[in-house]
Amino acid sequence: MPDDRTVSASIPEDFFRDRRHRLHHYLRQEVLPTSFCSGCGCGTVLGAFAQAVDELGLPPEEIVTVTGIGCSSWIPSPYFKADTLHTTHGRPLAFATGVKVMLPRMKVIIIAGDGDIAGIGGNHLIHAARRNIDLSVFMVNNWNYGMTGGQVSPATPVGARTTTTPYRNVEPPLRTAELVAAAGANYVSRWTTYHVFPLTEAMQYAITKKGFSFIEIVSQCPVSYGKLTGLPTGTDFLNLYRDTSIRADRATGLSEEELKDKIVVGKIVERDEEEYVDKLHQVNRELETQDTGEGSR
Amino acid sequence: MNPVTAEWAGQSAFLLGDEAAAHGAVWAGCNFFGGYPITPASEIAELLARLLPRCNGFYVQMEDEIASLAAVVGAVWSGAKGMTATSGPGFSLMQEHIGYAVMTETPCVIIDVQRSGPSTGQATKPAQGDVMQARWGTHGDHEAIALAPSSVQECFDLTIECFNLAERFRHPVILLMDGEIGHMRENLDFPADASRVELAERVRGSAGEFSFGGAEIPPMLEFGTGCYTHVSGSTHRKDGMRDVSTQSVHDELVRRFYRKIDSHREEIARVESRFMEDAEAVVISYGASARPSLGAVLQAREKGLKVGFLRLVTIWPFPGHVVGNLGSGVRRIFVPEMNLGQLSREIERYVDCPVESVSKIGGVSLTVGEILEPIEAFLATGNVSRTSDEVSN
Repeated sequence: MPDDRTVSASIPEDFFRDRRHRLHHYLRQEVLPTSFCSGCGCGTVLGAFAQAVDELGLPPEEIVTVTGIGCSSWIPSPYFKADTLHTTHGRPLAFATGVKVMLPRMKVIIIAGDGDIAGIGGNHLIHAARRNIDLSVFMVNNWNYGMTGGQVSPATPVGARTTTTPYRNVEPPLRTAELVAAAGANYVSRWTTYHVFPLTEAMQYAITKKGFSFIEIVSQCPVSYGKLTGLPTGTDFLNLYRDTSIRADRATGLSEEELKDKIVVGKIVERDEEEYVDKLHQVNRELETQDTGEGSR
Repeated sequence: MNPVTAEWAGQSAFLLGDEAAAHGAVWAGCNFFGGYPITPASEIAELLARLLPRCNGFYVQMEDEIASLAAVVGAVWSGAKGMTATSGPGFSLMQEHIGYAVMTETPCVIIDVQRSGPSTGQATKPAQGDVMQARWGTHGDHEAIALAPSSVQECFDLTIECFNLAERFRHPVILLMDGEIGHMRENLDFPADASRVELAERVRGSAGEFSFGGAEIPPMLEFGTGCYTHVSGSTHRKDGMRDVSTQSVHDELVRRFYRKIDSHREEIARVESRFMEDAEAVVISYGASARPSLGAVLQAREKGLKVGFLRLVTIWPFPGHVVGNLGSGVRRIFVPEMNLGQLSREIERYVDCPVESVSKIGGVSLTVGEILEPIEAFLATGNVSRTSDEVSN
């Protein structure tokens, strides 16, 4: 626990009441402050998410957030005040499928990490995208398993030192956003925590877009990942994101070699394919007409 | 009105145990099935894929069994009555979310049509090898509710009961079928109409109430009802908020899970008992093995042997209050089961007399003769007096 308590003890009790952030009411007050490490990108993602919800005018009562296990799953759970299903490691998309089928009027939003979504839950990701079910998935990619202390993940860059690749990572990372695009999602983009405004816009778009929406959010982990890779502060990462990101429209035509070590940001795919839950409900309506129209059987 | 129950009401049909279970789910009000194909449980999924959309329910075929039960839990918190069905290999995968359902007190039904294991084993052959997995398969301290049908009619009746127990105790409930009962055809008599079927309704709460404490079985604050419900598989307080470091919070929560089942053990745990009054030997069995077991007891009685029959309809929570009170006249217990004695060891914990496991594996069911033989041998060498009629014969 930082020294906030001693600081706040010396200032008037109502000091913060009038100086609260205007998005503060979107958070569960009783669980603050957050437990994110100093310099972590999760707070930025939480801020962008609350901003996106606010700008959409979306009542939190119409949101179900579904999360897995890991630091980024804590972004909505417990901090964002909405119905929240904090599930098992890697499985939030499978749980969310049941939620969306039964409550199509709700916005079902998944926030979880690269280990969760692309690693242990990779198969659920592929099939949720294939079904094109109306979920919004924000995969916070911090290039490692941060909560468990910084082990290599399916998104860790080649050559990186982690606690379980102490010499260097020899595995290529999964290009998760491209995978989801290939699997059939209606909307896929990638941004970083350096790109707060386009990220917020992309979140709004993903939440309102019918069908499976996916944003890969490259986000810093200075404590667990940065400690072994020479990026000890959040700022180090933001500088890296600024210097190595390239917009998707400018990346087309560039070779693999030219894109090596680059983070391609922006929209990766957009489609208007029919959505899964709508089609399930359509089948039921057709059967209802048959059953009432022609009697039983 | 539900067009499916209306269509079948009052009818009698020659159905598979699997099909009867699927019908039972519809009569219980199931409107969400998340599943994945597996022998010998696929017929449950296939029939529900046909029936559920007709009563505005949903069949969702997931990418694996882990996802199947996950989808069920998500659907249940969104207002559904949810079920999945599988067999051994899939049941192993489901253990993760059986634990999640225990921890989040999510009512749901899991049908395990047991087949011969371990691993892929004899995929198409029946067994009763998941008895202990149904009890202890998921990690951590927990109770379990598991019922074992012995007939096609019971596949229907007990599926409805599973849904009722799930709602009543906010707990995952397992219908522990076996491939023999699941793939057997018998007559199923449907209820005359839906109003004849007693259903336990979900206790729903509203904003300001607690979903995870404050009562033995708290109300559910479902999603989409404006309650900002927080559901977590982590140790949590009564408002659902994570607290993973306070000893008393975990202690109180997990002991309540245990107590809410254990304190109702006698009403949950049902048995069928026959010929027990003067029994010197008792056959205790369940599921498919209970059928040749009853046959053996009937033959023994015809021969004048004082053999009793106890069929466990409920396996978990274990009906120890019955098994532990069979009477002082009982000198030996025989436990026929299609595994290497999983339940016989549990029975030993409750009785004073020796327990003899009559086990058979390999996908072939026990016969009447195989069960009768050790009973006769014991009663012959054990100097048990026969009835005077028989002695004079």
